[in-house]
Amino acid sequence: MTEEQKALAPADPKMTARDVKVFYGPKQAIKGVSIDVDMDNVTAFIGPSGCGKSTFLRTLNRMNDTVASARVEGTITLDGDDIYAPSMDVVQLRARVGMVFQKPNPFPKSIYENIAYGPRIHGLAAGKADMDVIVEKSLRRAGLWEEVKDRLHDSGTALSGGQQQRLCIGRAIAVEPEVILMDEPCSALDPIATAKIEELIHELRGRYAIVIVTHNMQQAARVSQRTAFFHLGELVEYGVTSDIFTNPRQERTKDYITGRYG
Amino acid sequence: MAEHTIKAFDEEIDTLRGLIAEMGGRAEAAIENAMVALLRQDRDLAAQVVADDKRIDAIEAEVEKLVIQVIALRAPMANDLRDVIAALKIVSVVERIGDYAKNIAKRVPMIATNSRTMEPVSLLPSMGQVAGEMVHDALNAFAARDPDLALAVVERDTVVDDFYNSVFRTLVTFMVENPKTISECAHLLFVAKNIERIGDHATNVAEMVYYAATGQTLPDRERRQDLQPEE
Amino acid sequence: MSSAPPSAERLPTDWKSDAMQRRIARRYASERRFKAAGLLAVLLSAAFLAFLLVTMMGNGLRGFTRTEIAVSVDFPASPLKLDPAAVTDRALAEAGLPTMTGAVAEKALGPDGDDLIAPTAWLAIRDAIKDDPTILRRTATIRLPAATAIDLANKGKGTPEAEAAVERLKQAGVLSTGFNATFLSSSDGTDPTQVGIWGAFKGSLLTMLVTLLLSFPIGVATALYLEEYAPKTWWTDIIEVSINNLAAVPSIIFGLLGLSIFLNFLHLPRSAALVGGMTLALMTMPVIVIAGRNAIKAVPPSIRDAALGIGASPVQVVFQHVLPLALPGILTGTIIGMARALGETAPLLMIGMRAFIATPPGGVTDPATVLPVQIFLWSDEVSKGFVEKTSAAIIVLLVFLLAMNGLAIYLRNKFERRWS
Repeated sequence: MTEEQKALAPADPKMTARDVKVFYGPKQAIKGVSIDVDMDNVTAFIGPSGCGKSTFLRTLNRMNDTVASARVEGTITLDGDDIYAPSMDVVQLRARVGMVFQKPNPFPKSIYENIAYGPRIHGLAAGKADMDVIVEKSLRRAGLWEEVKDRLHDSGTALSGGQQQRLCIGRAIAVEPEVILMDEPCSALDPIATAKIEELIHELRGRYAIVIVTHNMQQAARVSQRTAFFHLGELVEYGVTSDIFTNPRQERTKDYITGRYG
Repeated sequence: MAEHTIKAFDEEIDTLRGLIAEMGGRAEAAIENAMVALLRQDRDLAAQVVADDKRIDAIEAEVEKLVIQVIALRAPMANDLRDVIAALKIVSVVERIGDYAKNIAKRVPMIATNSRTMEPVSLLPSMGQVAGEMVHDALNAFAARDPDLALAVVERDTVVDDFYNSVFRTLVTFMVENPKTISECAHLLFVAKNIERIGDHATNVAEMVYYAATGQTLPDRERRQDLQPEE
Repeated sequence: MSSAPPSAERLPTDWKSDAMQRRIARRYASERRFKAAGLLAVLLSAAFLAFLLVTMMGNGLRGFTRTEIAVSVDFPASPLKLDPAAVTDRALAEAGLPTMTGAVAEKALGPDGDDLIAPTAWLAIRDAIKDDPTILRRTATIRLPAATAIDLANKGKGTPEAEAAVERLKQAGVLSTGFNATFLSSSDGTDPTQVGIWGAFKGSLLTMLVTLLLSFPIGVATALYLEEYAPKTWWTDIIEVSINNLAAVPSIIFGLLGLSIFLNFLHLPRSAALVGGMTLALMTMPVIVIAGRNAIKAVPPSIRDAALGIGASPVQVVFQHVLPLALPGILTGTIIGMARALGETAPLLMIGMRAFIATPPGGVTDPATVLPVQIFLWSDEVSKGFVEKTSAAIIVLLVFLLAMNGLAIYLRNKFERRWS
C-alpha cells in the first residue's frame, strides 16, 4: 500500500485486500492490488476498459471461482477472516458479500419469489409471515415497495429496466449482506433510473459497505467518497474522491479523468 | 501535456486563453498609456484609454460566457477544472485592473501641472512601471502555467507597497508645504492608490495561476501596513 | 514518362442509372425464385403427407366397421341351459353357446348359415345375455358379426359366391354395418373380424412407459453432468463424440445389443415390454442428452451468476434455476426421442416381440407386442381381411403419436409460460 493509502486507511475495515494477483491461465490480469473497504465510505473503482476493475471486484466474493482457468493469489479478508481459506464456506460468503450485475438479471419468477429466494435457501425466515416481513423490508430499502406492493405476484421480468435493477438490489439486501458489490449497475439504464439508483446507494451507505465499479466518472464523483483508479491490472491511485477529481497525483490518473487518455 | 481525445475541448481552452492574453495585453497598454498621459499631460491619450476600457469589459463578458459553456458541456476535471475556474476569476481581476488604469487616465485633466514643479509626480512612473511589469509577468505565468514565475510576482508586491508608502509620505509633506496644490495632490494620491491596487490585483492573478498549476493555495502573505503611525 | 495517376476520388454512385436498375431487378427476381422454390418444396411435402393420410384413411376407416347379420334368437326354445337368475361367467362358459349359435344361424339363414357368421359370433350372444339376462325368457334379435368372406364382400372385395350371399342377405334386410368395437378391445387372433389392437396398444403403452422412465432421468442427468460438472478434458470430448454418434446408429444395432445382453446374458423374459423398453431406452437416451445439453447451454449465464451471487450452491443453481429454464428444450428432445421409439420395429423384432400374442400383457414382464410390430405382422398375413385391419392399426398408431406429442407440447408450453 502507498503512504497515502495508509494515511487514509480506515480504523475498522470491513474487507481488506493485500497484494492480490489474479491469473487467467498464464495471463496475469491483476498485479498486486492492496485496498481496504469500510462501512462508512462508498468506494468507486474507475479505469479504462480491460483494466481489471471488474475482475478485482469479483475476487471479493469469489465469483472468479466459476471460471475454470482463474487463479487468485494474495490475501482477502472479511472481518479479518481469509475468504480463500478452505474453512470459508463460499455459499455463506456470497450471502454476506452480495453482488449486483451490469445487466439487471431478476429470476424468471414473481417479484415476491425473487426477494424470497435468498432467505429461503439460507433459512433466514421463520415462516410465511416472517418471509412477508423480509420481503417488504427489502423492497422498501431498495426503494421499490411503493411501486410494486400491489403486484408482488407479477413476474419480475415484467418490470422496467430501472425497477428490475432495484429488484436485484433488493434481492441482494434480502439475505442481510454486509458488503454490496456493484458491477456497473447503471450502464444499462436511462438517466432517471440511474439517478434513482445513485440516490439509493446514498441511502444504503453506512448500513452496507458498498463498492461500485463504473465507467462513468461523473457517477463515481457523485456517489463515492473513496475512488481507486485501475490501469492495466494495477491500482494506480487511491484517495478521497474529491481530491482524485480535482487534484490527482499520478499523471495516468490525470490523463484518464481529463479525457486525455488514449 | 497530451491533448484531449475530444479536440473541440482543446480548441475551447485555447480560445479562452487567447482571450485572456488579449485582455491582459490591453490592460498593460492601458496602464502604460495612462502613465504616459499623466506625465505628458496628454488629454487625448487619456481620453483614448478611457474609451478602450470598453473593449476590456466586453472581453470579460465573452470569457464568462465561454467558461460557463465549457463547464456545462465538457465537465472538466482536475487541472482542466482549475484552469477554467482560474480563468473566470482572473478575467474579472484584469477587468478591475483595466478600470484602475481608466481611473488614472480620467484624473489626467485634473492634474494641471508639470513634473518639474511636482517632485512627487516623478515617483509615479517608476511605480507604474513596476506594477505594469507585475501584470505582465502574472499574465505570462498564466500563459505558461508557471507557478514559480507566479510566486515571484507575489513577492514583488512588497516593492509596490513600499513605493506607495513613500509616495504617500512625500505627497503629504508636499501638501503641507504647498497648500495651493492640495487639490492636484489629492488626485495624485488617488493615482498612487490605484497603482498600488493594480499591484495587489496582479498578485491575485498570480495566486490564481499558482493554484491552477499546482492545486495548492499560497499561504496568506503578510501585507505591509500602508499607513505607519506618525511619530 | 509516368502515366497519369488513377484518380484519387471515385465518382459518387449513380443509383438511378439503367445498369443499376437492371441489377436491382435481377436481385428481386432471384429473391422471387427462391421464395417460389421454397413454396414448391412446402407444397410437395404437404402433398406427400396428404397422400399418406388419404390412403391410410381410405383403407383404414373401413377396418373400424364390421358387417353384422341380424338374427332372431328364440331363447326359451333353444337348448341353452341357463338360469336367468344365475348368469355367471362359469355358467355361460358351460352353457354350450357356440353350438347353440350355429344352430340359430342355420335356422335363420339357411343351411350354410354357420358359414355366414363369424366363428366367434357366439361371443355376441354371450355379451347380450350378460348385458340383460332377462332376454333368456324371450325372443330377441341379436346382431351377429359376419364371417370374413361376407365382410369383405360387403366392402366390395369378396369372391363372387360371397357377393351373391351378401345380395341375398341384403334383400332379406338383415345385413348392416356397425362400429367394430372389438377392434379396439381385443388382441391378435387368426380371424380378421375378431382381431383387435388393444393388445398391441397396451404393449406399446407399457414399453413406452419403461422407455420414458429409464431414458428421461438418465438422459437429463447425463446432460446436466456433462454441461455443468464435467471438466473440459480429452475424455469428456470423447464421451461427447460417442453420444452424438450413438444418436445416429441404426436402430437394429440396438436390437442386437438387447438380444445379446438382456436376453442371452441377463436371461430376462423374451418378448417382454421390460426388455423392449430397455432396448428403446438405449436408443432414446442419446437424443435426450443432445437436446438437453443444448437446452442447458442456452440458459443465459446471467441467471447462473444471479443465483451464485445470492449464495446458492452449485446443486441449487442447477436444479432450481438452470433445469426449469432448460425444461422446454429437454421436453422437445424427449418428444422427438419418444416419437421415434414409438415407431420402431426392427430392434423389437430382434428381441423377439414378434410372437403371436393373443392376450394383452398384464405387466411389464408378460409377453407383449407393440403397434408397429403388430402392423408388420398383419401386413404379412395372407387373408385379405387383414389389409384393412393393418391400415386401421396404422391410423391408431398415428393417433397415439399425435396424442403423445400433443401432451408433451402442452407440458412444454405450460413450463415455458411459467418460467418466462
